[in-house]
Amino acid sequence: MDPALPASKTKIVIDPVTRVEGHGKVTILLDEAKQVVQTRLHIVEFRGFERFIQGRPLWEVPVLVQRLCGICPVSHHLAAAKAMDRIVGGENLTPTASKMRRLMHYGQIFQSHALHFFHLCSPDLLFGFDADVRIRNVIGVAARYPELAVQGVMMRKFGQEIIKATAGKKIHGTGAIPGGVNKNLSIQERDGFLDDLDQMVTWARGAVGIARDYTVSNLQTLAPFGSFESSHMSLVRNDGAMDLYDGNLRAIDALGDKIFDQIPCQEYIDYLAEEVRPWSYMKFPFIKSLGPERGWYRVGPLARINTADFIDTPEAEAARREFMALTDGKPNNITMAYHWARMIEGLHAIEKIRDLLHDPDLQGTDLVVKGERREEGVGIVEAPRGTLIHHYKVDDQDQVVMANLIVSTTHNNEPMNRAIQKVAKDYLSGVEITEGLLNRVEVAIRAYDPCLSCATHALGQMPLTVELLDHTGQILDTKST
Amino acid sequence: MSERRETVLLLGYGNPGRLDDGLGAALAAQVERLALPGVTVQADYQLCLEDAEATARHDVVIFADAATSGAEPFSFQRVDPASSLGFSTHALQPEAVLGLAQQLFGARTNGYTLGIRGYAFNEYEESLTDQGRANLAAAVAFIRRVCEHGSFRELAASRSAPGVGDPPEQQSYPRPR
Repeated sequence: MDPALPASKTKIVIDPVTRVEGHGKVTILLDEAKQVVQTRLHIVEFRGFERFIQGRPLWEVPVLVQRLCGICPVSHHLAAAKAMDRIVGGENLTPTASKMRRLMHYGQIFQSHALHFFHLCSPDLLFGFDADVRIRNVIGVAARYPELAVQGVMMRKFGQEIIKATAGKKIHGTGAIPGGVNKNLSIQERDGFLDDLDQMVTWARGAVGIARDYTVSNLQTLAPFGSFESSHMSLVRNDGAMDLYDGNLRAIDALGDKIFDQIPCQEYIDYLAEEVRPWSYMKFPFIKSLGPERGWYRVGPLARINTADFIDTPEAEAARREFMALTDGKPNNITMAYHWARMIEGLHAIEKIRDLLHDPDLQGTDLVVKGERREEGVGIVEAPRGTLIHHYKVDDQDQVVMANLIVSTTHNNEPMNRAIQKVAKDYLSGVEITEGLLNRVEVAIRAYDPCLSCATHALGQMPLTVELLDHTGQILDTKST
Repeated sequence: MSERRETVLLLGYGNPGRLDDGLGAALAAQVERLALPGVTVQADYQLCLEDAEATARHDVVIFADAATSGAEPFSFQRVDPASSLGFSTHALQPEAVLGLAQQLFGARTNGYTLGIRGYAFNEYEESLTDQGRANLAAAVAFIRRVCEHGSFRELAASRSAPGVGDPPEQQSYPRPR
């Protein structure tokens, strides 16, 4: 950056933020004394996917919505299918349909979390926030830590193959249909996955250890890094267990007290609202009873570990207990603990996959149910990045007349803004700003693994850049990798 | 003694829901139907990490994507593995896929990009423009020809001793009438 910053308000812009999906821009405004006075995560593109869906036949929607995003199309596929289950009266799926969908979902969680940990955030964790940007990337990881990089690739591949086997193909999967699924899992497909399963469990277990050790050994630095007290929200099962595919909504405050609990998905709109702010296309959801000022919350792996009473797979549950012990059983509000939480979920996902692969229901042939038709349906899943809500209304011609999507990254809009603000104030105030310092802002954003293309309902690859502007709007420095 | 046929991985990528951005995936679909010997076809929204592992299992990889500008009906260009890059999003570039294939799996795969010229990308619609469709037909015919005749070896041989700063091979082809 220009070492001679003007002695007036200065704006730092990070555009595009790297290693996230979507096009966002971070602006950091400095005052005359070079103190941070305002930070904002801007979303600079909007395409209105909900409007695009209107007029399309309901049976087409679970396939169509996968075009929202190349990162987690399966999550949109399943959330839309669940909403359409309600509309066709087929929400009580057959055991085969329910388990095939869960297998698809756990495959998605497993591959997404592996990708993020091993290849998106690992450069920061392995090389340090200030490391040379030329090695602080996936190629650098591959050169220095090839065994970890290979694990990440193979775990990702395993999850993708699960998706292919359950959804029919890697893109434009058609596996989930209103009221069920259109295929089961063959013995041959199952046995192929079983061959690699033990290796995947071993690697997932190892990843939890890496994330735990990194967090604990760097706790003094990480505990305050972009951290703040917040509420948390996710689906939980009716007995309070973590459930990534189905359940009811639970929200807790920063101390763990319940704000609401066991709210049926169909009633989400009675408890959540969205605020529009003029400087961002991404909305700001909040809990209605608390209002927009106090009602914001976090979603995703950290929130899910905090909201769940327990995890119903043994190794992930042991890891969860260890995780919660760090904060004496109270909600963990350490932003960088997202990584550890994410790897616990990865272990949970592969344990679930293991259980499902040994379940003969996956070879069943009763795939679809229908019931009393409705005009409206809501489908919610816990996508890799957090709670994903699909809400549709259809007319008597089976055409969509209303669609509302609240995606994970949108729920985390306010928390990401606060994380940026915290890091900026802690590290950027009154100092000469370097690439390493600016990278800290991105590190805080990456903890959430945001997908901004989903959040703005735009499509495609949209990275984020860093610019430093003075009070006249002149660019003093740009960071873009 | 007959030479072993080179194995080819064709990775067609892009978003079919965004008009001509679907040209890469459309090419993959059409080439797959040709069932060319030794040619494996994959389609996806974007290049991913696991493509590095698949790349390493082939002699040649072709990254087929829509091009927003440049040669008509398509360009065909040699691509070298990246040794360093800024990994900016969940999506990878062809150079990164090749670089990871080389570093992680010891691949010696020859890589090429096939950029099929498209004209409309900014709307939600699952269709191709007439011009894009014509370019696609030319690209499919080209892939069929080079795969059947093993032309990749010649292309690779011409790059056997690249100089520093050697410009990448690039060739555009006339659109068929």
